Amino acid sequence: MRFRAKIVDVACLNHFTRVINTIAKLAKTCTLRLTVDKLYFILTDKVANGGVSMWCELSQGNFFDEFQMEGVAAEHNEIYLELTPENLSRALKTAQNAKTVKIKLTNKHCPCLTVAVELPSLSSSSRIVTHDIPVGVIPRRLWNDFREPSVPDFDVSIYLPVLKTMKSVVERMKNLSNCIVLEANLNGEMNLKIETDLVSVTTHFKGLGNPPWVSEDGSQNSTQDRDPESMAEARIDIRKLLQLLAGQQVNPTKALCNIVSKRIVHFILLHEEVSLQYFIPALA
Amino acid sequence: MRCLVTGGNVKVLGKAVHSLSRIGDELYVEPTEDGLSLRAVNSSRSAYTCFLFAPLFFQLYEEGSPDPDGETFRCKVLMKSFLSVFRSLPSLEKMVEKCLISLNPRASRLVVQLHCKYGVTKTHNLSFQECELLQAVFDKELCANMLRAPARVLVDAVIHFPVTLAEVTLGVSPAGKVSFRNYLDEETEPSRTMVTELCLSEDEFQDVQVQQQSHVTFCLKEFRGLLSFAESSNLPLNIHFDSPGRPAIFTLSDPLLEVHLVLATLSDPNSSSQVRSTTLQARPANGAFPTATPDDDFMGDDIDSYMIAMETTCEEGPGLPSSPTFPQRCPHPGAALESESSTMESDLEGAVPGTPPQKKFRSLFFGSVLTQSQAGTHPGPSQDVLAEDSEGES
Repeated sequence: MRFRAKIVDVACLNHFTRVINTIAKLAKTCTLRLTVDKLYFILTDKVANGGVSMWCELSQGNFFDEFQMEGVAAEHNEIYLELTPENLSRALKTAQNAKTVKIKLTNKHCPCLTVAVELPSLSSSSRIVTHDIPVGVIPRRLWNDFREPSVPDFDVSIYLPVLKTMKSVVERMKNLSNCIVLEANLNGEMNLKIETDLVSVTTHFKGLGNPPWVSEDGSQNSTQDRDPESMAEARIDIRKLLQLLAGQQVNPTKALCNIVSKRIVHFILLHEEVSLQYFIPALA
Repeated sequence: MRCLVTGGNVKVLGKAVHSLSRIGDELYVEPTEDGLSLRAVNSSRSAYTCFLFAPLFFQLYEEGSPDPDGETFRCKVLMKSFLSVFRSLPSLEKMVEKCLISLNPRASRLVVQLHCKYGVTKTHNLSFQECELLQAVFDKELCANMLRAPARVLVDAVIHFPVTLAEVTLGVSPAGKVSFRNYLDEETEPSRTMVTELCLSEDEFQDVQVQQQSHVTFCLKEFRGLLSFAESSNLPLNIHFDSPGRPAIFTLSDPLLEVHLVLATLSDPNSSSQVRSTTLQARPANGAFPTATPDDDFMGDDIDSYMIAMETTCEEGPGLPSSPTFPQRCPHPGAALESESSTMESDLEGAVPGTPPQKKFRSLFFGSVLTQSQAGTHPGPSQDVLAEDSEGES
């Protein structure tokens, strides 16, 4: 099992750092899955996470100049690691003006992801900073726990409003209540509502647009039969929603959510080279 | 005593006070014929700093006459109070034209008067306590190793460590490599903590004198305090150090100002005098430095054998092989410590409740409580010296 990768381009390093920073805001520990072409950051919906789950996918070619991965075995050419993304974030933080950044799987006192940063210096030899980030190697028998979640059978799918706006609205609502109701319909309308004993506040978004989903057999999605005015709603933990919105450092190319009434909200944020899916279950 | 500071030196004084405040809660003020000295020490007596401003630093410097016993006057003030006068460095720079510090032993106040723009004068009356001499015993000439570097290099080195990191280990080798690594104390679990190491080459330093490979671990927070002063003063910083356990001495000097920071370093229970039992892993314990340098592209980190072992045990059932662990640290206080300091340490651990018990920091040797006239000879390291403890201490 081997993994070595190298980033040389400053813009790629910057971009990769921003992705890691976003992941670090969403999960304290998560699973990093390495394949020949992609990296995945995965959070499964365990009780410890409050039922949220995350699936983030990057194409390695968009970030790394060199990428060599040899999995556990030939027919299972993948590596699954458990890591604390905050550590990776910290390692990359002071590396932004580096000449090169190498990431390698090593075995120091325990399996580690070693990040070696070569920094420019006034002398002839560069400065080298190495960060050994302890990781857990996840054995093959547990890999089934980390499969890609399927898109749920949603009632409404809608594009999200500008995330910055949504974030400032939710931030203020957080002071008033722990739960927020997210509802939307097929007419491009979305409401964010909180309700307490003393006050209820609703923010209305209009003209958002609904993404056209086509199911695999080519037939129209069953949601076409739905009354366009009818709202699908889910009551979710406001802090989880805020975590997702606050973690975004760059505006995604596409941002949408799929609502399964009273069950779950599935967020999809797409950037050019990164896709992030985040599931927040509805509260009872 | 009267001292008048003008112009850019006011900011220098302010920065010095900020640096002093990172060390201790009390500021010891002593006007001498060599200049005004400001000192601080921390509660566990593991850090001491002294800023000596030469008379030429001041536009006016009056030491004040010694009292009838021939003693120079010394006092200490609450650091918090003194710092509040110099709290905002930007406004100090913009608004304050002169700073007058005056002390009349018979009066009950140390007066710091800031003469600002637009005719504004701010007068601070601080209460003080008379105190004994605060002087750590150290001699940088006795240190085997010395590094000199512009402060910028060192600031850039420590930036890679988290702000909350308590201790850092500085290592040098005769081959010319200098490294900084975060120190993991006994309570931290090595398999959960990130280890960061920065390697600098000899060329980045203005002077490197290293006799043998060695490493010392000291408190980063206190060092950062000095670094931020050094950076603004543009002076090179000298680091004198020796073997683990002996204090590390950091100095800055120019004709107008001399700064010393003395930090105790962790003594190493795994000192070479002990015979080590065979260990399983390639990488030695945190105390010693790995012989592999980062340039050699991670040799010796064979994850495949770990994986093979892990995969086979998975199939069999319970229990992964435990990762190669650090060898058990067996403190042998008797073997590792020198005699006088072991007494010192046990005294202090009992006497000072603030001292963290687990850490084996050697405390600094302090001047005895004898008055200056009686302490004729400079107390040598072998003397059983007592920590300074003024009568006012509660």
